[in-house]
Amino acid sequence: MIPGSFEYHRPSSLADAVGLLSSLGDDALLVAGGHSLIPMMKFRMAVPEHLVDLQDVKSLKSISLDSGQISLGAMVTQAEIILSDELHVACPILREVSYQIADPQIRNLGTIGGNVANGDPGNDMPAIMQVLDATYILTGPDGEREIAAREFYESAFFTARQDNEILTTIRFAAPAAGHGSSYVKQKRKIGDYATAAAAVIVTMSGDTCASASIGLTNVADTPLWAENAASLLVGSSLDGETIKAAADAAKAITDPADDGRGPKDYRTHIAGIMVQRAIANAVDRAK
Amino acid sequence: MNDQTPISREERIEKLQGLGSSRKRVEDARFTQGAGNYVDDIKLPGMLFGDFVRSPYGHARIKSIKTEAALAVPGVLAVITAEDLKPLNLHYMPTLAGDVQAVLADEKVLFQGQEVAFVVATDRYAAADGVELVEVDYEGLPVINDAFKAMDDNAPLLREDIKDKMEGAHGPRKHHNHIFSWEEGDKKGTEKALADADVVVEELITYQRVHPCPLETCGCVASMDKINGKLTLWGTFQAPHAVRTVASLITNIAEHNIRVISPDIGGGFGNKVGVYPGYICAAVASIVTGKPVKWVEDRIENLSATAFARDYHMTGKIAATKDGKITGLSAHVLADHGAFDACADPTKFPAGFFSIVTGSYDIPVAYCGVDGVYTNKAPGGVAYRCSFRVTEAAYLIERMIDILARKLDMDPAEIRLKNFIKKEQFPYNSALGWEYDSGDYHTAMDKALASVDYNALRAEQEENRAAFDRGETRNLMGIGVAFFTEIVGAGPVKNCDILGLGMFDSCEIRIHPTGSAIARLGTISQGQGHATTFAQIVASEIGIPAEDITLEEGDTDTAPYGLGTYGSRSTPVAGAATAMAGRKIRAKAQMIAAYLLEVHEGDLEWDVDRFQVKGNPEAHKTMKEIAFASYNQAIPGLEPGLEAVSYYDPPNMTYPFGAYIGVVDIDVDTGVVDVRSFYALDDCGTRINPMIIEGQVHGGLTESLAIVMGQDISYDETGNIKGATLMDYFLPTAVETPNWETDFTTTPSPHHPIGAKGVGESPNVGGVPALSNAVHDAFAHKGLTHTQMPHDHWRIWKTAQKLGLTD
Repeated sequence: MIPGSFEYHRPSSLADAVGLLSSLGDDALLVAGGHSLIPMMKFRMAVPEHLVDLQDVKSLKSISLDSGQISLGAMVTQAEIILSDELHVACPILREVSYQIADPQIRNLGTIGGNVANGDPGNDMPAIMQVLDATYILTGPDGEREIAAREFYESAFFTARQDNEILTTIRFAAPAAGHGSSYVKQKRKIGDYATAAAAVIVTMSGDTCASASIGLTNVADTPLWAENAASLLVGSSLDGETIKAAADAAKAITDPADDGRGPKDYRTHIAGIMVQRAIANAVDRAK
Repeated sequence: MNDQTPISREERIEKLQGLGSSRKRVEDARFTQGAGNYVDDIKLPGMLFGDFVRSPYGHARIKSIKTEAALAVPGVLAVITAEDLKPLNLHYMPTLAGDVQAVLADEKVLFQGQEVAFVVATDRYAAADGVELVEVDYEGLPVINDAFKAMDDNAPLLREDIKDKMEGAHGPRKHHNHIFSWEEGDKKGTEKALADADVVVEELITYQRVHPCPLETCGCVASMDKINGKLTLWGTFQAPHAVRTVASLITNIAEHNIRVISPDIGGGFGNKVGVYPGYICAAVASIVTGKPVKWVEDRIENLSATAFARDYHMTGKIAATKDGKITGLSAHVLADHGAFDACADPTKFPAGFFSIVTGSYDIPVAYCGVDGVYTNKAPGGVAYRCSFRVTEAAYLIERMIDILARKLDMDPAEIRLKNFIKKEQFPYNSALGWEYDSGDYHTAMDKALASVDYNALRAEQEENRAAFDRGETRNLMGIGVAFFTEIVGAGPVKNCDILGLGMFDSCEIRIHPTGSAIARLGTISQGQGHATTFAQIVASEIGIPAEDITLEEGDTDTAPYGLGTYGSRSTPVAGAATAMAGRKIRAKAQMIAAYLLEVHEGDLEWDVDRFQVKGNPEAHKTMKEIAFASYNQAIPGLEPGLEAVSYYDPPNMTYPFGAYIGVVDIDVDTGVVDVRSFYALDDCGTRINPMIIEGQVHGGLTESLAIVMGQDISYDETGNIKGATLMDYFLPTAVETPNWETDFTTTPSPHHPIGAKGVGESPNVGGVPALSNAVHDAFAHKGLTHTQMPHDHWRIWKTAQKLGLTD
């Protein structure tokens, strides 16, 4: 559990960081909070020759809300998300999910950018960003480009980000006023990744579901946006049968690994249970 | 004439903070301020670091080891392999169980994580870089990961080094992967009881392989002083004196030239009893280089290579009358010992004290047999916070009693009350040969049942079950009852030894002229709070306040010889030695007081902290005054000074017991178990420090929760260890830990000088069956007889699914 040797770089501007990535090439890795990368380095599964630390890039640390648009800098920590009352009012699912990530010590250092950019299917934020239909802003040597969270994830640890790009900002529209949301995560213990987890956002029109979005964590090699499952809810009165059908539709797109959290059939089953419970919570919270 | 201002007798007692005082732990000032001194805190000038190349295979032949690239790493000084150790005859080392274990793999590897080469470098980073570059060429061999297949006719031969040695340390071996057979009791009589019984229940009950997982992993610093020829070994040793003797025997360094020091230890739970290859390699590296060498394992190494616990496949059979009176018990165990038999047990007990399996019950006839086998798993078999194999035995009998109760449609509490050994039967001779020193089980059980309002819980459970069947809830309530009897305090030298060393223990007390004292013991605290509690024993025995007594352990150059701390033996054995040493001091103090007061010794009586003249308490000498006199007065017929040493050979074990009741709510759709409440009544005899007892019970119960709900060291078919990190291996945090309610009765041990029995391990022994029984109880009405631990989410869901309760 001792990492190999590496050169440590600590740029203070985004331009310098992008420049370092370009000049150092494939041998460099970005480090944000470090809570995924450093363990990988200790296992020597990641052996970077250069580590480019983003913590002095102040421009990546802002949280902004502007006429319904929310923008999160990549270096905003989970703890900062929890502490932001403004964010909580506009988009309560962010605090709810952040509280379910690891433990307080990790949340003090773990960043939203690292969480979504790493491509680990166990991370909780990617499914949330898919549910929110967030856009990721990537900065590389040729400038900025945007990509939808729903398009970003290719397979475990493989994303649309190029090696010389930095995911700098996450942007999304605040969910409609009166929406209800919930993130329900089953895990073995504090600090664990989800056995299965589901994120749900709904808006109601009287007793009828007006819109719905469902995401799943850690039940495939990427986060999953359960489009079909959500569409079954829209226009329904969210009766038991419909919710069950939505859960079944969500289960149908999962492909969880057999691991210490349980065999595949169990984790698939739990995905369905999480969806049902998240829908129930979200509907309760919707106005 | 007296140096103390007059205070009341009660105040004098309170000032001592002796037996029964919830004195705060004196250790905590340094631990809570980060000022502990653990092995990894030891830094010596010029110190080198060692790191292991470990086997990625469960079973493979080593075709070659190339070290050139590793040796080229700047800072790497040496790469040691079995070939280097052979000339020193150190490539194998003796185990505590009479087997040998490879220090570095000799021609083949037998488990994943086995030590293959030891890289020595100037710093940790260089050592780890060197480990990466040692090239080992392996040829994979077939793996045995299932103990039930170890003795198949065509099972691969694991131990080539002993293939012709069919007489093992515990008798003949009946297969090349067989280690020993051991049995106790009346086999024929038990068979007859089973044949004649109204009812027989039989079940295969597996206690899965787990690991003690102390927060501090194992490690050492070896420092050979080539000028004076002395080897100093700091290490995470639960038995420093035994380590010194064993080190002397296997290295041929004279015992007076070896100094073993156990500094602060961050938890042991049995994991730090054994001798590991890292200790030998660090010592060899220090002897060769003349420099101190540190080796500290990381978490994965700790979980995958240093001693595991349990891995017992137990088949139990109980014979009973139709009204629930037990008439016989049979138990057979297939014991998976891994690649080497490094089980930590007294020499004559290859399955420890498993024959305590008759538990708390008056069972007229019983038999138990244990077969140990080799598999491609890590060696070990230590007592993880229990006396030797006692928690396995307690789990078997307590599950079997519940299974019998279910079969007879009796309440689990009722069947226990019906079969308990009665108070008037103590001392009680069990069918398997133990003399239980004392007990009052009915009183303890009645108190427990009343405290939790057991009848109300059962009534609530009836309602819950009906509501579940009506579809109003998806939660099932389970009530787990367990009653355990431990056997601790090993042990009488006549039948307990480790590698020939009798399992006595010791204490030396020296009173300083001004009336304070130092006590040194042969044990070593790993978090138990010895510096706090043993000072309390001394305080009560000799009348010096506990805060005026320094307690030292763990340095073989200064402490008297003892066999260390494990198996809840410190209080029963070293605690007794402490009281006895105190009594020797008091006897001399009485002579001094008689001289000073100009009376006959027989005219004096002891009172809290002084000797006083009978009928005239104003005429007295406090221990403080006596201490000073012992140093400054020439007393005819007496040597100056006031000190004593006692080596205590216990006449018997002690038998702590307890009644535990846990209540769980299980979500059948997810398999998530919520421990709603847990009540633990412990009877550990005389209670030295109630606060520390409570802390011990909380810690042990939390470990039992971990074992029942998740801990599992398992291997896949190719010999890969699964989940050897804390991501998978379950260590509960405060979030997962329920509220523990503690309670007690007090039945002093009749043979222990202060009546104490030991408590550190009881909660692990009793907690496991109580929690497992609670999980089973939740499903019992749906037809569940038994399901193997761990009761983690997915396994519980599978159980619910099999019973038709969930999709």
